[in-house]
Amino acid sequence: MSNLDIVKPENLVYQKSKVLTENVMHYCPGCGHGTAHRLVAEVIEELGIQDKTVGVSPVGCSVLAYNYLDVDFQEAAHGRAPAVATAIKRLNPDCYVFTYQGDGDLAAIGTAETIHACNRGENITMIFINNAIYGMTGGQMAPTTLLGMKTATTPYGRDQKLNGWPFQVTELLAQLPGTYYVTRQSVHTPANVRKAKAALKKAFENQKLEKGVSFVEIVSSCNSGWKMTPVQANKWMEENMFPKYPLGDIKVDGELVKK
Amino acid sequence: MAKELKLMKGNEAIARAMIASGTDGYFGYPITPQSEVMETLMAERPWDPKGENYTGMVVLQAESELASINMVYGGAATGKKVATSSSSPGISLMAEGLTYLAGAEIPCVIMNAMRGGPGLGTIQPAQSDYFQSTKGGGHGDYQLYVMAPSSVQEMYDFVFDAWDIAFKYRNPVLILTDGAIGQCMEKCYTRDNVPRWTEEERRANAPWGTWGKPATRGHNIITSLELESSRQEVFNQKLQAKYAEMKEKEVRYEALNCDDADYVFVAYGTSARICMKSMELARAKGLKVGLLRPITLFPFPTKQVAELATRVKGMLCVEMSAGQMIEDVKLAADCKIPIEHYGRFGGIIPTPEEVLEAMENKIVK
Amino acid sequence: MTEEIIIAGFGGQGVLSMGKILAYSGVMEDKEVLWMPSYGPEQRGGTANVTVIVSDERISSPIISKFDTAIVLNQQSLDKFEKSVKPGGMLIYDPNGITHEPTRRDINIYKIPATEKATEKGIAKVFNMIVLGGFLKLKPIVGSEFIHKGLEKSLPARHHALIPQNEEAIELGKTLIEPVFTL
Repeated sequence: MSNLDIVKPENLVYQKSKVLTENVMHYCPGCGHGTAHRLVAEVIEELGIQDKTVGVSPVGCSVLAYNYLDVDFQEAAHGRAPAVATAIKRLNPDCYVFTYQGDGDLAAIGTAETIHACNRGENITMIFINNAIYGMTGGQMAPTTLLGMKTATTPYGRDQKLNGWPFQVTELLAQLPGTYYVTRQSVHTPANVRKAKAALKKAFENQKLEKGVSFVEIVSSCNSGWKMTPVQANKWMEENMFPKYPLGDIKVDGELVKK
Repeated sequence: MAKELKLMKGNEAIARAMIASGTDGYFGYPITPQSEVMETLMAERPWDPKGENYTGMVVLQAESELASINMVYGGAATGKKVATSSSSPGISLMAEGLTYLAGAEIPCVIMNAMRGGPGLGTIQPAQSDYFQSTKGGGHGDYQLYVMAPSSVQEMYDFVFDAWDIAFKYRNPVLILTDGAIGQCMEKCYTRDNVPRWTEEERRANAPWGTWGKPATRGHNIITSLELESSRQEVFNQKLQAKYAEMKEKEVRYEALNCDDADYVFVAYGTSARICMKSMELARAKGLKVGLLRPITLFPFPTKQVAELATRVKGMLCVEMSAGQMIEDVKLAADCKIPIEHYGRFGGIIPTPEEVLEAMENKIVK
Repeated sequence: MTEEIIIAGFGGQGVLSMGKILAYSGVMEDKEVLWMPSYGPEQRGGTANVTVIVSDERISSPIISKFDTAIVLNQQSLDKFEKSVKPGGMLIYDPNGITHEPTRRDINIYKIPATEKATEKGIAKVFNMIVLGGFLKLKPIVGSEFIHKGLEKSLPARHHALIPQNEEAIELGKTLIEPVFTL
């Protein structure tokens, strides 16, 4: 059997989403951004909303998300994506608007914009990639960096007295009446990828309900920043990140999930 | 709102002109001395179909000036007419957003009712943000188109003009005023409401906008990011060409009594109004004094200053600052005649008498 | 004709609204007008003042230091603005609470016992219109039919029933004003 025999329409089991461009992603091997981008693209394609979707990318590794997702896109100043998205949605209520932000962007420099967009109950989807580090600038401490975790600016490990505690921003946002759906997912195993996709789909579909922010945190690894191999990084994430940032729904249909 | 003659504050005029000029959105944060802009919009409720002044305009109070300018950035990127207003400390916070707006070439309108600084300063009128407005404010080689109204009527009319320039050049327009013009009431002829753009008009006027990618075009991207330096340089050259075209075509100014003048005041905004009075007092004393009032601060009326410098004996720049615009005046006049500055600052407004005295002491001698 | 006026008194005496009604009346008569208040912390209690300019020509400076007329409604304002009246100009004051009378002899000085009369008649709300009436008696820079229109424009519609009371107060003021010193 030759390759040509295999490449036939009837043998097709998977193809790249049409909402992804042909550009080769610049992300490091092992990074979660590529998978998260793919899921966003698949959800947009499956919902048939490519012509109505506007994305807002942050400053951080995913600053160039617009090169990969084939929807109208705006690149925001560091931390300001929720304010940018607020106005896009308010002025274009028929559009599906999402932000895609990292931990430094969403939970440090953009904390005010994040909290107030959530508190106003903007009808947007916020996607939060939490890898506990500043990847783009070379591995400095993020608000979500774990205690004891070594980064370029915490070379002896994060010290609570010096740097404060890891910021569980997602739990905080879930307390606000303006958030309608708040969940924490990961994309490091096929099972988790499927769950994350379902969560993202719900988060986009919710915009039709006009009930407030749908917020999806994706706990991700940064093997380059963490100075590990991709496999080591995934294992470290399971053992260290998940206890602090446990996976699962935090708020569904406007109600906090009882643990 | 039908065409009408009304007595109103400058700040109110800005708000009413925003509604009447078909503005799609206003995002702001309260700060003295311009809070009446948002207060007027909130009272008029242009978003409410049951209201008397319904246009469909969105008005939102943001959590900070950082948020409000970025809301302008987001909303205006979709090709809609989006505006904000603030006062000096708030504009400093907006500086980041302004450079992004300029760098991404997003048309929008911003009003700054200047107050005295630096820092938290005073809430009284000042003109000490000239450098910030015309020489940057944020980082990078960019320019805002800067208009300086000197009456309530101009506050109203310039909002309409600002939209034309903003979309013609895909550039942010700053209406630079101060607490005195914002707070004083004068008569103002209002205009009939211009309807907001229809969906088709928006798409025609802003084909670059991020309003959802139809199958007929590629995705639109609004960004000021370029990792390739050679491409960033080409983009900067394009921006500079745009600014050069503005300098060529969009300079505005008013010349009063300049034809026979021996001496000229150069002043904008509130200072220009004070100089008008000083000029009257001077003429009553037999001094041939004129006034050149720059209406656009960028582009600056360089040619007009240069021409005057060939036939008057001296110029006095009057600003409510330590002397900022005088640099542009001196560059334009190219050392041909004596040029001096007279200013009060920190919220103090000079009187017409002291301005005339300064002209007599520093220039006429 | 150009009339440059400063009106000053306590916050709550209706200083700003008196100026606004005068300015709006000027607008109705198609004159150029300007109304420039002091603003900021000064407007929180304490004194309030407003510059009103009514003219047949384009108005230059909104900030002026010399006035054709100063209308002062408390001692602080009298102390502050007596010296700001142009020589030959006019000073109007309410004698209520005044311990130091004006002393200049190069200006015309009038007084109007508006506080006393308003209290006596129980019409404190239109105190400022009594004062305005006194001014208009001496300087009828705006016709009375335009004052009526100015009241209509500057008062919210829900207060239009009070216009006759305001106009009566203006007429009352015209009878109360009296010279203290004239050139």
